[in-house]
Amino acid sequence: MFLINCPYCGERDQSEFVSGGEAHIARPKQPTELNDDQWAEYLFMRKNIKGIQFERWNHAHGCRKWFNVARDTSNDKIEKIYKMGEQPPKL
Amino acid sequence: MSKNLRINNKQFVDETRKLSFIFNGKKLYGYKGDTLASALLSNDIHLVGRSFKYHRPRGIMTSGSEEPNAILQIGNDDALTEPNVRATEIELYDGLICNSQNCWPSVNFDIGGINNLLSPLLPAGFYYKTFMWPASFWEKYEYFIRKSAGLGKSPTKQDPDMYDHRYMHCDILIVGGGVSGLIAAKIASDDNKKVLLLEDKELLGGSLIYDDNDISKIDNQKSSEWLKKLIENIKNDKNIIIKTRTSLAAYHNYNFLLARQNLTDHLSVNDRNNKIRQRLYKIRAKKVIISTGAIERPQVFHNNDRPGIMLASAVKKYIDYYGVRCGLENVIFTNNDSAYETALSLHKSGTKLNAIVDIRENSSSEIVNKVKSLGIQIYWNHTIANTKGYKRINKVTIMKLNDKGNDVIGKKIELNCDCLAISGGWTPMVHLFTQSGGKLKFDNKDNIFVPDKTNLNQLSIGSAKGDFELDDVLKNSIKDTKKFLQIENSNYDKIDVQCSKEKEKKNIWLLPSDKPLSKTKPFLDYQNDSTAKDIKLALREGFKSIEHVKRYTTTGMGTDQGKLANMHALGIVADTTNTNMGDLGTTTFRPPYTPLTFGTIVGRNVGQFFDIFRKTPMHEWHVDNNAKFENVGQWKRAWYYPKDGETMHDAVQRESKAARESSGILDASTLGKIDIQGTDANEFLNRVYTNAWSKLQIGKCRYGLMLNEDGMVYDDGVTTKLGENHYLMTTTTGGAANVMSKLEDYLQTEWPELNVFLTSVTDHYATASVCGPNAKKIINKIFKDLDLSDESFPHMSFKEVKLGNINCRVMRISFTGELSYEINVEASYGKYIWEKCIEAGKEFNITPYGTETMHLLRAEKGFIIVGQDTDGTMTPVDLQMDWIISKKKYDFIGKRSLYRSDTIREDRKQLVGLLTDDPNEILEEGAQIVKDENKKPINMLGHVTSSYFSPTLKKSIALAVLKEGKKLKGQKLLVPMIDKTIKVTVSDTVFLDKENERING
Ligand SMILES: [Zn+2]
Repeated sequence: MFLINCPYCGERDQSEFVSGGEAHIARPKQPTELNDDQWAEYLFMRKNIKGIQFERWNHAHGCRKWFNVARDTSNDKIEKIYKMGEQPPKL
Repeated sequence: MSKNLRINNKQFVDETRKLSFIFNGKKLYGYKGDTLASALLSNDIHLVGRSFKYHRPRGIMTSGSEEPNAILQIGNDDALTEPNVRATEIELYDGLICNSQNCWPSVNFDIGGINNLLSPLLPAGFYYKTFMWPASFWEKYEYFIRKSAGLGKSPTKQDPDMYDHRYMHCDILIVGGGVSGLIAAKIASDDNKKVLLLEDKELLGGSLIYDDNDISKIDNQKSSEWLKKLIENIKNDKNIIIKTRTSLAAYHNYNFLLARQNLTDHLSVNDRNNKIRQRLYKIRAKKVIISTGAIERPQVFHNNDRPGIMLASAVKKYIDYYGVRCGLENVIFTNNDSAYETALSLHKSGTKLNAIVDIRENSSSEIVNKVKSLGIQIYWNHTIANTKGYKRINKVTIMKLNDKGNDVIGKKIELNCDCLAISGGWTPMVHLFTQSGGKLKFDNKDNIFVPDKTNLNQLSIGSAKGDFELDDVLKNSIKDTKKFLQIENSNYDKIDVQCSKEKEKKNIWLLPSDKPLSKTKPFLDYQNDSTAKDIKLALREGFKSIEHVKRYTTTGMGTDQGKLANMHALGIVADTTNTNMGDLGTTTFRPPYTPLTFGTIVGRNVGQFFDIFRKTPMHEWHVDNNAKFENVGQWKRAWYYPKDGETMHDAVQRESKAARESSGILDASTLGKIDIQGTDANEFLNRVYTNAWSKLQIGKCRYGLMLNEDGMVYDDGVTTKLGENHYLMTTTTGGAANVMSKLEDYLQTEWPELNVFLTSVTDHYATASVCGPNAKKIINKIFKDLDLSDESFPHMSFKEVKLGNINCRVMRISFTGELSYEINVEASYGKYIWEKCIEAGKEFNITPYGTETMHLLRAEKGFIIVGQDTDGTMTPVDLQMDWIISKKKYDFIGKRSLYRSDTIREDRKQLVGLLTDDPNEILEEGAQIVKDENKKPINMLGHVTSSYFSPTLKKSIALAVLKEGKKLKGQKLLVPMIDKTIKVTVSDTVFLDKENERING
């Protein structure tokens, strides 16, 4: 059970949060310009790596804010938490 | 009691409090402070169960949670009985009833014992090999396997006990109240840390508290006396919270731990009333110190499983702690010095010790010299080659070991004994460390795995880390704790410890016998009856990974999780395959460390508290009016209102007829409601719905369809424009929370530039929906001043009106196809407005209807229900709802996916209507639709999603999803059922009032 440091509320139990999958996949600004493959890349393709993964988390049972988490999937250690719109840290 | 097995010297057992208990129907006695095991042993009972596979007689072997044999059924009450309870862990209470498991008809005569004779036919993997073929026979085998296997009986009635959960937070959590844990607690407390100390036994102190030899001393005091003072000190320490009878069940990441406290299991049944039985602590610790100690290992030799064969440390504890002799003629079999402490305890208590058999060549440590000086016979370099005695050991045969230790030489010597105390060294309890993700390393000196790397803020100390001698335990615990807590000095820096130091070590994982291995039974896992032979067989058959060997032989898979046997299994694999044990790795230790009751896991979340349920403000009225309810998400929704013993079908027919012919009323409060405000609210709606919202005027309502980004229908509902930048969105009942979070997600992450604010107001408003040809008259009676003319208040529009002081939002929208008004009021007025409608509608036979009738009415009109007629694979085009997709909008959620190669396929499943050739035949929802049922395999074309008998149309109607359904209108198809085949014709999805005339009454 993680202990997650919500950037708006502070440390809270994992049960208050939901995970929203991989971070930094921006919705294309002009979807109609994309061919099927490009759209499928956005829609379906997600990484599942061993090591530092950038993810979206939502403090669903708290402030309801979305934020980003850099988590090491090999040991679940959260290396960094940063707000939506910020660039991923170099780790 | 014929033999005198009690020793009269005890501080831990209260001999003034005699307790009676019943074991296998026989009344016996013990004392307060006994465990069930010590009480049984004091009655000279070793034989308590039969083994799992061969049904061999088995006796009490240990004094702790590692006990593999003495697992009993406690209690004989259908609700309270508990299987698989370790007799070594349960404290004796007056009136305890217990029975042996896994034996029939009795533990003394067990028919399954024949398996022991058949054992050459039951090798490792026997069950896998035999019962796998042919696969279709599995069901038949299963019945017999389950009958003859099975460990104990589950209770058949609901558990009447109360259980509890509690959160705890601390600076330092210390797991294990032995000497190392206690000293760490004191050091942490002296540094002003908040300490939580857990001990699974009733008393603190671990094994040192009953240590009674004169060799080990701390600060020149008898070590147990020194420890007692420390414990008193700790009990009065305000920084330390102590929880005894509390065992740590699981150690998760981020120092989140679960511990179970037994609160009443030690009380007599009458004293348990109205008390919480067990409590689960959910602990967040800044730092964790594991001081769980070590478990003694058995030795693996031929027939090492007879009742009367026990761990040497257990024999010592039964004497020194419980005052119980486990036998009158003892033999000790060891490979290390610690068993000599047992020898001293036996000697001191005046219990006969016939001999010590030691596989080492010699030893000259202080404690061994002391035993030598007592004149006790020691057979050096000897092993036990065999044991005798079916239900209780009576003899051991010992022989000399050869130089390599892999065979026996010389002549056989027979020694009498009724108790054989064995010791194969010690294994640190690293289970919690590995559960938490820690990595172990192998220590070749002691043949143990010890904690190595961890990502967590934790420390293992004492024998849990591999320190076994008192001076190492204390000095290293002090040193490591100080470092871990970053403390410079402690009050224990100058501690003086004296103890015997072990000088000789020898370890043989599988001891030889004069018989070939194939003719012997050297047990590794007592509970699962796996022997060293099984391990070797698994290796011969090609299993290499230790995890595979474990599963194939079931070694370490019993309720004791192989606490005793795992190291020997690994050792034998390593020896046989010429591998280093360190390279082999260990099997994974999984939580819980000791079994948990289901009651503890669920805590208070039982019965009505299992899941929350939500009630509308009108709920009481529905109950008073005999409604049956259905669960929709967490909501209890009125399903139908049977009158005078009506069936559901009858009630639904009556309700829907009334709604079409005069008037009906539905509680629609459960629909999700989201208040949307902000200057970009309109743009936001344009982006989340498929249709256009720009031209919607204040006071008007519009139906919207929401897609996922993959183009599939996600939710639908009507949104009303309340003001210039103010909308009220409704969602499906079940989808409300998901829609809300999806919209929040887009607002926060994709479109942060939009000025929009969302508030869930589902619970803030109650909604009564009045429909039918007389709806207007009823609404007119309630709101006398409201202009209900079609010009002023047309379909899909909204008005705000007051009823006394109550603000009402009235929407003229319809999900039934009838003229229909939805009155929204603040939730607390919900029941009032509902009753007002009922009263006003009385003269029009206003009929409350539930969700079932609502579903029927909308199906007649071909309106979809998201989640019933769609399943996450339907696009609006599939639903024949092309009209709702805006052609003009540049983008909305899911738009691009509507022309992916997959979504534009013409042979997708599409929503159609179905009419049965026999109008009285009602299709089953979920039934498959086919064209040709003779050509195998049958080509499934789709399935029925909604099906009803329409009282208005006087025929059965259905909605279905059908491959290429749009093209198949008018086609005859088949719906094969188990006992018949129903003929159907594909139709339009709208069955009633295609011209939408009823909407205006
Ligand atoms: Zn938060």
